Amino acid sequence: MEAGGAAHQRSVGVLSLQGSFNEHIAALRRLGVMGVEVRKAEHLEKIGSLIIPGGESTTMAKLAHYHNLFPALREFVKSGRPVWGTCAGLIFLADRAIGQKNGGQEFIGGLDCTVHRNFFGSQLQSFEIDLLVSKLAAKEGGPASFRGVFIRAPAIMEVGPDVEVLADYTVHVNDSTNAKIVTSLRGLEDKKSSSTQKVVVAARQGNLLVTAFHPELTKDTRWHSFFLKMSVENNEEHGLSISKEVASSEVKGPIFLPIFE
Amino acid sequence: MSGGDSSGVVALYGNGASIAETSKKSSTFSVKVGLAQMLRGGVIMDVVNVEQAVIAEEAGACAVMALERVPADIRSQGGVARMSDPGLIKEIKRAVTIPVMAKARIGHFVEAQILESIGVDYIDESEVLTVVDEDHHINKHKFRIPFVCGCRNLGEALRRIREGAAMIRTKGEAGTGNVVEAVRHVRSVMGDIRALSNMDDDEVFSFAKRIAAPYDLVMQTKQLGRLPVVQFAAGGVATPADAALMMQLGCDGVFVGSGIFKSGDPARRARAIVQAVTHFNDPAVLADVSSGLGEAMVGINLNDSKVERFANRSE
Repeated sequence: MEAGGAAHQRSVGVLSLQGSFNEHIAALRRLGVMGVEVRKAEHLEKIGSLIIPGGESTTMAKLAHYHNLFPALREFVKSGRPVWGTCAGLIFLADRAIGQKNGGQEFIGGLDCTVHRNFFGSQLQSFEIDLLVSKLAAKEGGPASFRGVFIRAPAIMEVGPDVEVLADYTVHVNDSTNAKIVTSLRGLEDKKSSSTQKVVVAARQGNLLVTAFHPELTKDTRWHSFFLKMSVENNEEHGLSISKEVASSEVKGPIFLPIFE
Repeated sequence: MSGGDSSGVVALYGNGASIAETSKKSSTFSVKVGLAQMLRGGVIMDVVNVEQAVIAEEAGACAVMALERVPADIRSQGGVARMSDPGLIKEIKRAVTIPVMAKARIGHFVEAQILESIGVDYIDESEVLTVVDEDHHINKHKFRIPFVCGCRNLGEALRRIREGAAMIRTKGEAGTGNVVEAVRHVRSVMGDIRALSNMDDDEVFSFAKRIAAPYDLVMQTKQLGRLPVVQFAAGGVATPADAALMMQLGCDGVFVGSGIFKSGDPARRARAIVQAVTHFNDPAVLADVSSGLGEAMVGINLNDSKVERFANRSE
């Protein structure tokens, strides 16, 4: 409370139209930071950084469209304030997308990459896996791997020169429906030369961070703390700090789901 | 979960290349619950053909339930209601990019096997279809695909979760357009959880016995202060206000069955209900989206004893 107006203006927002926004707020809370729910354009004025959670990208895009959020969101990205997209959020931030529903969709853009929506297939093909995340570990400590939960997940097929790859995943071209996608994308009909294919599942470009998996569904809060540091660095340039949670014992927040391991 | 599907600890291996292969796990309970978590704050709509599925997706549904008949028609036409034609479900799956769910009859594990093999995203083991096993539900741990099940109270919800359900919905009274039963069921679950939260640990044993639920899940629910999986409302939701009411009562999202495509202007009503679930706490938005929706579905008064209670078909 004592921090007052300026700090409040730089809190972390979570786009709360649909999806796992509660889970992100829970993860932020574990780090002692209060996440602010963002449902309307005017809510964006009060925050210094934004998380776009997982969920159904079509649904989230529709809801954003109904309330004319896209211009404000694009403005937010352009202003240079940090934005992190997980799963559906990654689709929102990508400049180019393939595998859309008929008629296409309106998104935010900003990250120079091509994302494939539902690259990993339907629910039956959803999985969890230990990803090698050396760059994250170098900054945040902890083990060199991170448990990535992929739920009907997208993947980044190509990145531009300014994009820093933070984690990738090797797909076996012969083991699933991905085969067709990868070969057609690369124009390779020859199976030998492309038995494996690397896709990007975490990346950063300037103040934009994206992950194809769901760090909000795991106990490991290193991605959240990585993003908070991006926010802090950005705030410091403007001489502001991240607002910490107000007297957490007194605030009766929402109740969160357990994390299954 | 202690159900034998725990994925173990995060192991640290020497070098990157082999990490991925050894640790990859599909269909863990966390992945099953994970999809339900991605549906939170969303609306799941019953559809009977490709056109309706496209309308639902356009309106912003977070998933569709592929059916041959909506509950209101099952109610009026009678007869045995079964799993839908897999061909129809596949057609709907091809037409939309959002998740597609389908219903299997209670206890009919072969219908569930068929639905799993055609790759639907979630199975609803549903009392709206005719029951085939009056004593046993499907052992949902045996499946790679996640299940959602109905409940009327806390005990029933926890029994379904112990059987492997990764998502719970209220039973309500499907196909009536009357939300009274859904309110009763969500009030019952939430009320029991509030009572449980204030209970002395010593009292939990007999409480678990009284509601006929597994002790470990009762204890977990007490510690969390909520069900350990995502909880949706279902059964009788017909208006944006109904949907927002269920959200304010504490549900994570809403199923709408007959309420949309049995109404005057389905596309508009679908869009309104989607917005109502996101802005459930904002009466100004609710007033706005509730305006000019045309006729709602015809409701059924549940005081009439001739109306069959689907909710009482299973325990």
